[in-house]
Amino acid sequence: MDKLIDLGKYIEQGINVLEESLSGLWGAIDDVISWTVEFLNDTFLAIPFVVIIALVTFGAYYANAGKLAFKKEGLKKGAGLALFVVLGLLLIWAMGYWKEAIQTTTLVIVATIIALLFGIPLGIWAARSNTANAIIRPILDLMQTMPAFVYLIPAIFFFSVGNTPGVIATVIFSLPPAVRLTSLGIRNVPEDVIEAGHAFGATDKQILFKIQLPLAKTTILAGINQVILLALSMVVIASMVGAKGLGAIVYQGIQQNDIAKGFESGLGIVVLAIILDRITQAVAKK
Amino acid sequence: MSDNRKTKIKVEDLTLIFGKRKQEALKLLEQGVSKEEILKKTKCTVGVNRASFEIKEGEVFVIMGLSGSGKSTLIRCLNRLNEPTAGKVFFDDHDITRDTNKELLETRRTEMSMVFQKFGLLPHRTILENAGFGLELRGEEKTTRDERAKTALETVGLRGYEAQYPAELSGGMQQRVGLARALANDPEVLLMDEAFSALDPLIKSDMQDELLEIQDKLHKTIVFITHDLDEAIKIGDRIAIMKDGVVEQIGTAEDILTNPASEYVEAFVEKVDRKTIITAETLMFKKHTALEVHKDGPKGAVRKMRSIAVDQLPVINEHKKFLGHVWLQDVFELEKEQEKSIEKVINTNVPSVYRHYTVEEMLPLITGIRHPLAVIEEETGKFLGLVTQTSLIIEATRFEKKEVIKLKEQANEL
Repeated sequence: MDKLIDLGKYIEQGINVLEESLSGLWGAIDDVISWTVEFLNDTFLAIPFVVIIALVTFGAYYANAGKLAFKKEGLKKGAGLALFVVLGLLLIWAMGYWKEAIQTTTLVIVATIIALLFGIPLGIWAARSNTANAIIRPILDLMQTMPAFVYLIPAIFFFSVGNTPGVIATVIFSLPPAVRLTSLGIRNVPEDVIEAGHAFGATDKQILFKIQLPLAKTTILAGINQVILLALSMVVIASMVGAKGLGAIVYQGIQQNDIAKGFESGLGIVVLAIILDRITQAVAKK
Repeated sequence: MSDNRKTKIKVEDLTLIFGKRKQEALKLLEQGVSKEEILKKTKCTVGVNRASFEIKEGEVFVIMGLSGSGKSTLIRCLNRLNEPTAGKVFFDDHDITRDTNKELLETRRTEMSMVFQKFGLLPHRTILENAGFGLELRGEEKTTRDERAKTALETVGLRGYEAQYPAELSGGMQQRVGLARALANDPEVLLMDEAFSALDPLIKSDMQDELLEIQDKLHKTIVFITHDLDEAIKIGDRIAIMKDGVVEQIGTAEDILTNPASEYVEAFVEKVDRKTIITAETLMFKKHTALEVHKDGPKGAVRKMRSIAVDQLPVINEHKKFLGHVWLQDVFELEKEQEKSIEKVINTNVPSVYRHYTVEEMLPLITGIRHPLAVIEEETGKFLGLVTQTSLIIEATRFEKKEVIKLKEQANEL
């Protein structure tokens, strides 16, 4: 079939130029991400799994129970999730996927932090400037509707295979809710409160940090929760470019037509997802 | 009004135009083109049209107008929340329209504080932190601002609420926090934008009283925006009436009521006024002598009536509840019959009114009767005072003679 416009070719050429002209930058990014992921993996794996399970369980309990943690009322609130965390993590360990679960969690943590580092400032910018909003919104739409697999191709191109392209593709995929919900949260701050701030001589910075961000906190935390869950859901796809973890096992299961493997690792991801979701939601409610 | 007080705020030819082609619109405005024409030609709206006035130190200056009259826009020009298109605003000798952004922040932080219709409190902060917010913005130490916020909260009667959050307080109390926040900054000028308009009538009236009390102590210069003439008259030393962005008249309440400067003001005073200003409460003679049915027998009743030279008196029971009227001639009958109680002759079939009844509502009630109207409390029926027919007619004649003539005719027919 003849093409009238060879759009793909131009994009390819553009990416080629980017790759060659900024190769130093890509190398540096690769180094930083690889090193961070390795370092976190090694650290977590060096800690006995029992300790980690205990810490996560207490974290989950505390997130729900809060100040009541050491009272009877707290037990009612937090015990359910704590029990689930213990059983879920023990199941992952017993199935023999502890290492992979740690690798997956590390990828999610690193990708989430990077996504928030870019997403929240972009969200603030989009909330404060209509021009910025007009530019950012269509890009976010594009990022969210583009099939996630497509991000893998340039990611490999810039960073070859391994954890880094996985993290980068995950960041791109999970970034939009951080931007959108930060912007939404700030835009929803009532005008009268902002006006009061101005009337009392608040600078733009004071308006942002003392009024807008605190009032947008719940919405922003909901955005963070979304980022984490999207990152986790991207982990399986990222394994196709060599990211390690539970996703890689799922991928193996597909390739080897191994139902047992696929199901076990899939279940592991579900457990992680539920734990991360419930903990972040509990934090957001405060 | 003593006019030897210092001028605190001086507004000169202040104009504010909304829209993109402001300068063009301003030129047209100076040529005397009407607001509607300007809107047609330039798509600009004139918010404030060459307003000029002076406010004395320690004065409560009310700017009144209906919604859309430009009053809220005008007050926001005083601290440049709205940027004036032309004209000057002086605080003492300091023209704030020439302030740089940095100077403006300083002016807002030290010279004036604002109170808002919708309170504008921060929901995630305690009452104490809210009251100290202005101080925090200008960089005061936590101990200083907590101390001053506490004093301000005490001034507005909110002692003990420091650790609570705005959502836990009623509307009236939230606005007290708004007022405390403004007072904590200790500014010379308070800008109050429909500060009490969102409150229900009883609380509103309380807040007005409280503001006047605070003003007695602190002597701030207050610019107060309202759409309520009743409120304007109650709290304003002087009132400016605005219409379509123009200040139509400035004067004391009495000036405005007796000499309305334009048809608009007249209409305002006539329509809004009669219904809202003069109520039974303002007209009534408070603590009027009344007969107490459980104490006063016929002899006591006669004595009481004679002592104030009337031929009838209202009767109340031991709970001060209004029961009806008693006439002197009926009491004489009782005396002849050697009755001990006046209960038998109480005429209960008489009209009574609540304190918020207006002149207009009361006028129809006095046709056909020849005694004063008793004012009673709505919930309890407690006797509060009397509105005499004479005072009703005097009030009514001030505004519309026709009605009184009609009343008199009706009375003559009877």
